Amino acid sequence: MTFTDNLALAVPEIVLALGSLGLLVVGAFAPKQTRLVGGGAVLVLLAAAVAAATQPFGEAFGGGLISDAAATFAKVAIYLASAVAIPLGLPWFERRGVRVFEFPVLVLLAALGMGMMASSGDLISLYVGVELSSLSLYVLAAMHRESPKASEAGLKYFVLGALSSGMLLYGASLVYGFSGSTLYSEIAAAAGSGADTGLLFGLVFLICGLAFKVSAAPFHMWTPDVYEGAPTPVVAFFAAAPKLAAMVLFARVLADGFAGAADQWQQVLVVLALISVAVGAFGGLVQKNLKRLWAYSSIANVGYAVLGLSSGTSDGVQAMLMFMILYMIDVTGFFACLAALSRDGRPMETIDDMAGLIKERPGLALAMTVFALSALGLPPFSGFWAKVFVFKAAIDAGLWVAAVIGLVGSVVAAFYYLRLIKVMWFDSSPGATDKPPVEARAIAAVTAIFAFPVVLVALAWLTPLAQRAALSLGLA
Amino acid sequence: MPLLSLITYAPLVGALGILALRLGGRADDAKSAETARWIALVTTLATFALSVLLVAQYDSSNPGFQFVEETAWFMGLSYRMGVDGISILFVLLTAFLMPLCIAASWRSIDKRVHEYLIAFLVLETLVIGVFCALDLVLFYIFFEFGLVPMFLIIGIWGGARRVYAAFKFFLYTLLGSVLMLAAILFMIGVSGTSSIPALMQYAFTPEAQTWLWLAFFASFAVKMPMWPVHTWLPDAHVEAPTAGSVILAGILLKMGGYGFLRFSLPMFPQASDLFTPLVLTLSVIAVIYTSLIAFRQTDVKKLIAYSSVAHMGLVTMGIFAGNAEGEQGAIFQMLSHGVISGALFLCVGVIYDRMHTRDIAFYGGLVKRMPFYAGVFMLFTMGNVGLPGTSGFVGEVLAMVGVYEVSTWAAILAASGVILSAVYMLTLYRRVVFGEMTNPKLSAIEDLNWREIAIFAPLVVATLYMGVQPNSVFNVTQASVDQLVQVYRAAIGG
Repeated sequence: MTFTDNLALAVPEIVLALGSLGLLVVGAFAPKQTRLVGGGAVLVLLAAAVAAATQPFGEAFGGGLISDAAATFAKVAIYLASAVAIPLGLPWFERRGVRVFEFPVLVLLAALGMGMMASSGDLISLYVGVELSSLSLYVLAAMHRESPKASEAGLKYFVLGALSSGMLLYGASLVYGFSGSTLYSEIAAAAGSGADTGLLFGLVFLICGLAFKVSAAPFHMWTPDVYEGAPTPVVAFFAAAPKLAAMVLFARVLADGFAGAADQWQQVLVVLALISVAVGAFGGLVQKNLKRLWAYSSIANVGYAVLGLSSGTSDGVQAMLMFMILYMIDVTGFFACLAALSRDGRPMETIDDMAGLIKERPGLALAMTVFALSALGLPPFSGFWAKVFVFKAAIDAGLWVAAVIGLVGSVVAAFYYLRLIKVMWFDSSPGATDKPPVEARAIAAVTAIFAFPVVLVALAWLTPLAQRAALSLGLA
Repeated sequence: MPLLSLITYAPLVGALGILALRLGGRADDAKSAETARWIALVTTLATFALSVLLVAQYDSSNPGFQFVEETAWFMGLSYRMGVDGISILFVLLTAFLMPLCIAASWRSIDKRVHEYLIAFLVLETLVIGVFCALDLVLFYIFFEFGLVPMFLIIGIWGGARRVYAAFKFFLYTLLGSVLMLAAILFMIGVSGTSSIPALMQYAFTPEAQTWLWLAFFASFAVKMPMWPVHTWLPDAHVEAPTAGSVILAGILLKMGGYGFLRFSLPMFPQASDLFTPLVLTLSVIAVIYTSLIAFRQTDVKKLIAYSSVAHMGLVTMGIFAGNAEGEQGAIFQMLSHGVISGALFLCVGVIYDRMHTRDIAFYGGLVKRMPFYAGVFMLFTMGNVGLPGTSGFVGEVLAMVGVYEVSTWAAILAASGVILSAVYMLTLYRRVVFGEMTNPKLSAIEDLNWREIAIFAPLVVATLYMGVQPNSVFNVTQASVDQLVQVYRAAIGG
């Protein structure tokens, strides 16, 4: 394989890397031209998505970078979700008097890192991808420089993120030490039909590190604080794409590297999933701030995604992918609604702020109702289908006790989603809200219409894509 | 012509029309609200006309599913609709009660009229969908989403403790439903199909049946509601607006009984047989216990709500008797109770609209000022007690005959429940309608107006017609019920 053959398999990464560096130069010389940089970043992301969608399959750089159906599926979704974050975020910062051309560039770099996570073939590229995306996200969380809360969020995210990277690295070194290779394919050969103690130890540390990145309990502590402190459009970004990237990476490590040890990691994942569901459901009950609330909701939802993965089958991976895609669209829409709402210039972030919203802003309130019901898992919204995929995979794999516990957890969580609906529909409004910005409204409208009814059509063509992606990973 | 889909989605079209009207104008526009009311009324009446057409075209000699529509969806799911003798009359009942609900809310709902009507029309689509769906997942979608409009109806237009009642209603029912969802997913995984007719042929292992039966039972028992998971019902009824109570008692509760008939008996016959003593026990407790509770109520609506629980106890007994009399009686009782309890809640609504209280002690001697009302109320009281000549009699007797064949004791105890129902209903009637009019506030109360008479007239006709011509119902249900019982008997080897 020649060098150019290798490069041909990394076209999306190259597009993103060159694009981000180019835009950084533009920004450095014309720092006022944030819209130009933002528009350029969206174009770069769209180009990368096209490149990812049309890429040939294969392994590049000695197996370090894998291009297959799973990577393609994840990358297209990640790049598109990142492209949405820019038009949502830039005007938001501008309205607050913060002109940050770095925002689109950092989103590009994060997308590059996430894409690498999705197509990593060994522990080195895994770590490079994870760190590239994480470092960009730390800065994004603290982007709103005047806000002390944002700085706190960024710092917290960084410190805890560094801790988890440490665990990830420790696990990676153990795995390398006991298997003799960093390549997943060779680790799989060493793990054979069951990992020995040393390898298992490494695997557990790897899982812990990854669980932190997807904010699965008990590694979720950073999530509520970061969601609350970070700027709302930034939260819309990193509640969506990075979670998908980390879940795909999760699936790839387990499926390509430890398929033989499925019985062993299955138990760990089931426990992670159920703790996450419980923490997300019960922790959310006492929240007053909607961003914190949705942080707990995301913990519970990651629990469901992990439950799908824990079934240890190709169906489970497919279910997880479908779940994450549908969840991403919902969560982006919800935070777009939050980003759109303010009263007298102050953002509306608590549940009480939403009182009587159905009269004030019927469109946005309706969209938020859709997202709440979807998160609750009520048919026919997309969140219901997401849960159906996951629970069906889990039940088919014999994990029906876990599935029932997960479903009961969703009833507990239903309380807080209903409370939001109650406040919006039953209570009376304390006063007029500001006119919502058009871009946030547009994103909220599109995502809400996707959650119902478009999802009923979209599932028919998304499912085969997810299935092909799942089959390209090494689980039966 | 896809008649079933037409009936199912006709209300939804009306709802979209009202939504357009609402988004196009101001929220508190009285003229637009009036237009919305007319749209809703015309839509529901058109739906009723279509469902009459459906029943007229129904071939009652064919026990299988008719008017079947089938379109492949994704993941092996289908959009599959159809009705048989068990479900078709519930479609008719729904379409029959809905226009009455709209008419009953004509004046009593004056805030957020558009949203109210949209909620009702959406609810109608969902309920009809539940009775027509022949695909498990499609059924679940209709079944589960019905919670949302009802949640809003109770929560926005309800009484003082409406928020509590709405949450309790939603969460109780949701908990039951998610267990059913797990069972549905398991069934699809094992059998490879989600088609209800195909699953009726599929034989699950006895062990799987036990678990599946319990999961479905969790959902339907809450919906029904059976003792001891009935406690959401009195709260929901008391807080819901009149029309909400009518729909709740008249139609939504029937979804539980329908579920037992459509899923539990034909799909899990061995488990149904195994659990029959449990169901009979719970039902007997429900009949006697809730009747006694009903007797002690001071709130008219709560009394009727508890009486609903008691009557539904008789229905579950009839269903699990597993013989033709029991099933026929249960179906008939559900239809009859749908009409009578709906009418009773409307009767409560009449005096509540005038006096804004449901306290029994507040009333008395209404017969002097409201002779028409007293007559109408009397008829439905008697129907609820099970007086021969009203529809209430036929269902109760038949269900008890069915139960008698299975368990003498259960039948005897259930019969005592009928006596108790006479005790509390007649006491209620005496305290509200007869006696001296001691409360001076009542002296100016007015009798039924033309709108109310128009609402009650079809209910009176339905109660009496079903009471003297029960065969008009049995002819439709007979073939499907016979087939159900035959298959059930064969499966349990009896």
